[in-house]
Amino acid sequence: MATEFTVTLRSPEVSVGTATAMKAVFVRDLKTAFRQPQDLLNPLLFFVMVVTLFPLGVSPEVSFLQQAGSGILWVAALLSVLLSLDHLYRHDFDDGTLEQLVLQPQPLFLLVLAKSLAHWVLTGLPLVLLAPVLGVMVHLEGNSVAVLCLTLLIGTPVLSLIGSIGAALTLGLRSAGVLLSLLIIPLYIPVLIFGTGTVMAASEGAPVAGQLALMGAFLMLALTLAPFASAAALRISLSNS
Amino acid sequence: MWQIFHKLGSPKWFFGIASTLMPWLLWVGVALLVAGLGWGLAFAPQDYLQGNSYRIIFIHVPSAFLAQSVYIMMAVAGLVTLVWRMKLADVFVKAVAPVGAVLTFLALFTGAVWGKPTWGTWWIWDARLTSMLILLFLYFGVIALGAAISDEKSSARAVAVLVLVGVVNIPIIKYSVEWWNTLHQPATFKLTEKPSMPAEMWVPLLLSVLGLYLIFGWLACLRMQTEILVREGRTRWVQQLVQARGD
Repeated sequence: MATEFTVTLRSPEVSVGTATAMKAVFVRDLKTAFRQPQDLLNPLLFFVMVVTLFPLGVSPEVSFLQQAGSGILWVAALLSVLLSLDHLYRHDFDDGTLEQLVLQPQPLFLLVLAKSLAHWVLTGLPLVLLAPVLGVMVHLEGNSVAVLCLTLLIGTPVLSLIGSIGAALTLGLRSAGVLLSLLIIPLYIPVLIFGTGTVMAASEGAPVAGQLALMGAFLMLALTLAPFASAAALRISLSNS
Repeated sequence: MWQIFHKLGSPKWFFGIASTLMPWLLWVGVALLVAGLGWGLAFAPQDYLQGNSYRIIFIHVPSAFLAQSVYIMMAVAGLVTLVWRMKLADVFVKAVAPVGAVLTFLALFTGAVWGKPTWGTWWIWDARLTSMLILLFLYFGVIALGAAISDEKSSARAVAVLVLVGVVNIPIIKYSVEWWNTLHQPATFKLTEKPSMPAEMWVPLLLSVLGLYLIFGWLACLRMQTEILVREGRTRWVQQLVQARGD
């Protein structure tokens, strides 16, 4: 499984550049994921099913769905990202790939960044692509659907990046699943608030550029800081096992 | 300077210092708290709008104040753990996290009790309340992660990372929540605004805050001592200490 890395397992002088290593990690994560397509599909199915619960469980009325729709979609997206986080490091941890990754001469936080981005491409991006369909199903209007997709596009990478910290911290623990949610949900709240707030503003006809810019600021903050925390957490978890 | 720093890392040295400090912290703290609460609850003037119900402020504000500063203290200790690998810093984090959680809960609970007569409701999704609730969740996360990892060193560093991530998030939570709320309920905001208080009200409040800080210091020392005894149970000085006390 780790054949892509054997080439980098030489002495540092002849090792490949950081960008090449990042690309190798990224491509490898996509490849291994596509070999088990069901794992990719499950979070998406979960997303659709959770969204279905609300019209059935609360109210199928158009007025309610129009108001709550963006929140429902955001919460469902957040939960399905949360569910998929366990896969981010678990397989690599079990088969020892992660240890090799830590041993690489390239900075670990950049490799972690590549892994987080691959996770986003595999879970966040499909959610964004699926959102318009569900948006129509909860009777969001045209403009709101577009804004919703835009907020998800900016917001889901933040979820992957922050989630990677939690996944790294809980790696190898017995009750990792519940613990992961416990650690990560409080950190997800700001993204949720701004995500739904932007769509709400759009549906009321208010300008949304400011809120989108703030979400972009979150993304920048997560892109620059989260990989460091994840890398530190990974080293701790690996020294623990 | 470095020698003091080095000493600070020694559990034995801390144990001794804590033992001499603790009675002072406790009794001065109790005296201040009794004075502050007694003055505040019995002698301070009534509020012209809220009557006597405002008096819960003398419990609410100190606990809310401390709930937040305990988290910041934990973050500083977490940084020390990561940078200098100081054992005592982790002992501090582990010892005070439950205390911080209880204080946060106390702040939320007294806030709810205060909210009922003032706002007519136990809970609203107001900016302050929500961010305190998230702070409580962060405390729970820290406690849960610390309990889940059995290896002492890894547990110390993992918790430190989590605390630091949380502290980056606290201002974000605070502002996002305020922002989100003003979009929906601007009116409730005015209720939480502090009235300009006369001195008969804020002096006892200040006394209770200081008193609670000192009592927290005592409790932190006590819990840290307990944690040290558990962790260093095999060292000679702990065994001698326990034997000496046992006689």
